[in-house]
This record gives sequence, C-alpha cells and structure tokens, in this order.
Amino acid sequence: MKILLAVKRVVDYNIKVRIKPDGSNVDIDGVKMGINPFDENAIEEALRLKEQGVATEIVAVSLGTSANQDVLRHSLAMGVDRAILLETDADLQPLRVAKLLKAIVTREQPDLIILGKQAIDDDAGQTGQMLAALLNYPQGTFASTLEVNVNEVKVTREVDGGTETIALALPAVITADLRLNDPRFVKLPNLMMARKKPIETINASELGIDLAPSLKLLQVNEPAARKVGIKVGSVKELLEKLRTHEGILV
Amino acid sequence: MTILILAEHDGNQLSPSVQQAVTAAQFWNSSVHVLIAGNGSDAINQQAASIQGVERVISSTAKHLEHPLAEDVANLIVSISDDYEVILAAHSSFSRNALPRVAALLDVEMISDVLNINGNNTYVRAIYAGNILTTIQSTDTVQVLTIHGSKFTAASLGNNAKIISIETPAAYDKARWLSEVRSQSDRPALNSAKVVISGGRSLGSAERFEQVLSPLASKLGAALGATRAAVDAGFASNDIQVGQTGVVVAPELYIAIGVSGAVQHTYGMKDSRIVVAINQDPDAPIFQVADYGLVADLFEAVPALTAAI
Ligand SMILES: Cc1cc2nc3c(=O)[nH]c(=O)nc-3n(C[C@H](O)[C@H](O)[C@H](O)COP(=O)(O)OP(=O)(O)OC[C@H]3O[C@@H](n4cnc5c(N)ncnc54)[C@H](O)[C@@H]3O)c2cc1C
Ligand SMILES: Nc1ncnc2c1ncn2[C@@H]1O[C@H](COP(=O)(O)O)[C@@H](O)[C@H]1O
Repeated sequence: MKILLAVKRVVDYNIKVRIKPDGSNVDIDGVKMGINPFDENAIEEALRLKEQGVATEIVAVSLGTSANQDVLRHSLAMGVDRAILLETDADLQPLRVAKLLKAIVTREQPDLIILGKQAIDDDAGQTGQMLAALLNYPQGTFASTLEVNVNEVKVTREVDGGTETIALALPAVITADLRLNDPRFVKLPNLMMARKKPIETINASELGIDLAPSLKLLQVNEPAARKVGIKVGSVKELLEKLRTHEGILV
Repeated sequence: MTILILAEHDGNQLSPSVQQAVTAAQFWNSSVHVLIAGNGSDAINQQAASIQGVERVISSTAKHLEHPLAEDVANLIVSISDDYEVILAAHSSFSRNALPRVAALLDVEMISDVLNINGNNTYVRAIYAGNILTTIQSTDTVQVLTIHGSKFTAASLGNNAKIISIETPAAYDKARWLSEVRSQSDRPALNSAKVVISGGRSLGSAERFEQVLSPLASKLGAALGATRAAVDAGFASNDIQVGQTGVVVAPELYIAIGVSGAVQHTYGMKDSRIVVAINQDPDAPIFQVADYGLVADLFEAVPALTAAI
C-alpha cells in the first residue's frame, strides 16, 4: 500500500504572530517556521502503518516556495521514503491546494492520503475534504484511530459530543487529529542523513491549474484585548465581586 | 437570491445553533431555507419551521441519512445547489466535515468560522488561533461558509414555515457508518451552557478532575470543559476540549481552573462574558484574559468556593 502525505510549512505554534507595520498582512519574516502539528500526526501514522507491514511506500508533498524544503527534510528524517516539492509562490487557498494535490494523486496513485485536520496558520480545516471531493474518494476527517484492512480503512473520528466510527473503501482521504498518535522526535543523525536525500521539485505552473485566489485579503487587525481584570485575595472576595459587581447569583 | 442553511440535529432535536445560523442569514435580507437531512424527522422539521425568519424547510428523508455521512450530505446539497447563492451552517464538526466537500464540488473556496458578515461578500474571520483577524472578500459566485456561533444571537421561535420534501440522491457506496460513542452527561451541553468550568492538566488524574470539579459544576448548573493537555492525559473526553482545535464557548461565566491560558485554549473561551481564573502561578497567561483572578492552590480554593456557594 502506498501512502501520500501533505505537509504544510507554518509559523511555529508557540509564536505570537504580529501584523506588518503597514497593516497589509501578517509579518512572518524571520519567524520560526515548522511543520504543521497535525501533519506530523499524519506522518507518524503513515510510519506506523509501514512498521506494521501495511504500507510499503510513503511519499510526502509540500506546496510552496523552496523554503518548504525544510519541512520535507524533516519528513524524510522522520522516515518518509520520498519527498516532492510543488513549487509556487502563489498565495494558496484550500481549493487550490486540493487541486494541486489532486494532480499529484493522479500521478502517484496512492491507496491512502493523509492530511492534517487543519493548518494552524489559516485555521481553515478544508483541504482534505476538498481533495476527497475532487477525487470522488470517501473521507475520514478528524481521525483519532485508523485501522487498515484489506480494501478498507476503519476510522474513528472526533466529533462534537463524542466519537464516530466509519469504514471507507480504499483509496480514501484521511485528516489527522492530534489524538491519532504522539509523533516521534527526529534524531540528529537522521536529520543529517535527510539533508543528502533528493527532493523532487515540480513547478506548480506546469500543472495547468489556475491558482489565482478567489478570496481577496482586504485587511488584517489584531483583535481587541479583553479589558484588564483584577486579582482577588480570597474565595470570599471572589464571590462578593461576582454577586455584587456582576449580578451573578452564586 | 436564496440562502440555504444546513441544519444539524441528533435525530430527535434540532441543534440550537441553527437559530444562530438563521440570524446570520438575515444579513442578506433574502429568503432563507433550512435543509434537514435525516431519517423521518418530522419533529425536527417542525422545530426548524418554527424559527422566525425561515421561509421554507426542505426535508430529505432516507434510511442512509440516519447517520449522515459527509459524502451523502454533500451530494444532497449539490443536487439542489442551483437554487442558492449562499450555503451556510454553524461551525461544528458536522458542517466542517460536509461543507468543504460541497464547496469543492461547486468549485468555490469556503470561508470557515466567520465572525462577522459585511456587505459585498466580505467577511471577518480569525487566523493563527485567534491572534489575528482578517477581512476577506470572496469573488466566488456561490458563498459557502460556516459561522462562529457565539457571534450571532439565536433567532426567536414562533414561526410556521412551509415544509417541503425533496428527492434524496442514492447513498454513496464507498463509505459506511459503523457506530458512535456519545458522551453521557446530566450536565448542560457545553456549547450552550450559561456557566462553564474548565480544568487543566494540573488536576492530575481523571478521578481528581471529577472529584474536584463536579461538585462545583453541580452547584452552578455548569458544563465541564478541559484543556487539550487534560484531554490528552485522559482526564476528560475529547469532545469537551475547549479551544482552537476543540469547542468554542461563550458562556455568561467561565471558570478556568489550573489552566495556563495558551492561545490555543483562550481562542475557545475569550468571548465569555465573565472569566474567572484560579491558578497558583501569578504570571500564568490566563490572568490576562480573566476578569477575576485568584492566585491559589486549586485543591484548596475549589472546595472552598464550592462550600461557599
Ligand atoms: C496544534 C495545537 C492545537 C492545540 N489546540 C488546543 C485546544 O484546542 N485547546 C487547548 O486547551 N489546548 C490546545 N493546545 C495545547 C496548548 O498549547 C496548551 O499546551 C494547553 O492548553 C495547556 O493545557 P493546561 O493549561 O492544562 O496545562 P499547562 O500548560 O501545563 O498548565 C497547567 C497550569 O496549572 C497551574 N497549576 C498547577 N498546579 C496547580 C494547583 N495545584 N493549583 C492551581 N494551579 C495549578 C500551573 O501554574 C499552570 O499554569 C494545542 C496545541 C497545539 C500545538
Ligand atoms: N501548502 C500546503 N502544502 C502541503 N499541504 C498542505 C498545504 N496547505 C494545506 N495542506 C494540507 O491540508 C491540511 C489542512 O489545511 P487547511 O485546510 O488549510 O486547514 C494541512 O494540515 C495539510 O495536510
């Protein structure tokens, strides 16, 4: 079985992103970047399926500029077999990402495609579902458990109010939730080795897909902060404030 | 111009979030239709028909829609999409699963978790776990979006909209629903509770999470929430994780207990009216979003608070 992974390069989740002085966009120049956390769960799951003898080949693909090589190297160091950079400096929105990924799926013919459930920069949470739609494949989103049988994958999904289990015929698209697994740490020698591995680069413009965004960014703002609160000295004072100042009957 | 709302329900009850979606749809000043996909859900159709502002309830009934899969919901919406310029739903795991599939089938981008709807297909939404707000304009011919429930008040009831039945497309044959596990709780639903009490990793175990927080929750009629760290550690179930990748809540009163206040968490609670934080670290970031902060050991403060109420 062949698995295709989509890995996105995003601002590290610990960083508080700021706006450019001219207010035109967020300022991510020189900011620490890394692999989207959910995509690491996707990689980890693929590696485990390979270790169990279920998967035979794992291919990771990232869309973006040549800077995205770092997340592909990270993927190789974790243990994926091949890496593809789909190079473009277009401002990619989920439908466009899904269309580009579809082109790679057509070429690679994977049995299972695993993405992250959401990218922590745009917080869209759409690409996996869109890719499944374009391919007319079944989808297992927000996955917390995967179980691959002969021609089918059983997926337990995290949903509002609990979990749900569904079965999908292969090929299928999965999006990984954080509880799917604990991604392994990358060992330094593996990272060194990954530096020497080839990354196949494809120019996205060769795929004949219109990448012009249909969502135009007009403005970015920082949200208004909550008004500064106070510290209370005791449980008694807390209750008093809630009762008399806020009219909360506790 | 007509707007289609994808309604969420559990087979018995329409989700209260549909009323918020109806309020959001009023922005366009046009006809609003509500789609109910289910298996013989007369009572639910009636509930939807009673929402003020709804012109028509569209009922699609089929055995395979008893536990609707994204593939079937998407195919159903696409089968009637010619009639609609806007397709929207409240942001939930159900709509997040189905609507991106709809958008791709219609060859349009989707706008997730909209905070504010402006004219000319312009929307405000958050990125980077709520650290930044963006204003974006869609140039697509059909608008597919989910709305951030707590930003829209619930439309009132008392209407009697027309209910019509439509033909349901055949079941998608590459996916099957197998089973579900619903969290059992006597407490109010997390996303509509007036009071929410959330606990963090510092509670230490599932037993202590329950022992320390339950008596307080019972006294206040509160729902329980948790941080990701508490869920990952197995202290609480996944569906009560509050935050960027969990549930977003905006109760009258939110009490964060032993919660550090990472942005991924505060994204899910910072629209609450009053926030109380109890944490032993005076520098914990949660105090920056708290109206009332109590620096104390939670294992002493919470029982004392419970006793004093
Ligand atoms: C991609 C991604 C998505 C995420 N999504 C979410 C999300 O949706 N929701 C979410 O919550 N998190 C999310 N997180 C995790 C988030 O970054 C934090 O790690 C998490 O919220 C921390 O949980 P915590 O506050 O329980 O634990 P900690 O950060 O460990 O904080 C524990 C706090 O308890 C206090 N404490 C300890 N003992 C006591 C005591 N006896 N009495 C009083 N106070 C005490 C400490 O001072 C500390 O402030 C996400 C992370 C990533 C990378
Ligand atoms: N530029 C990209 N390159 C590779 N994968 C991507 C890219 N953008 C999105 N994805 C994948 O789609 C998932 C969901 O992203 P989104 O829909 O933007 O929240 C991510 O977790 C990735 O797996």
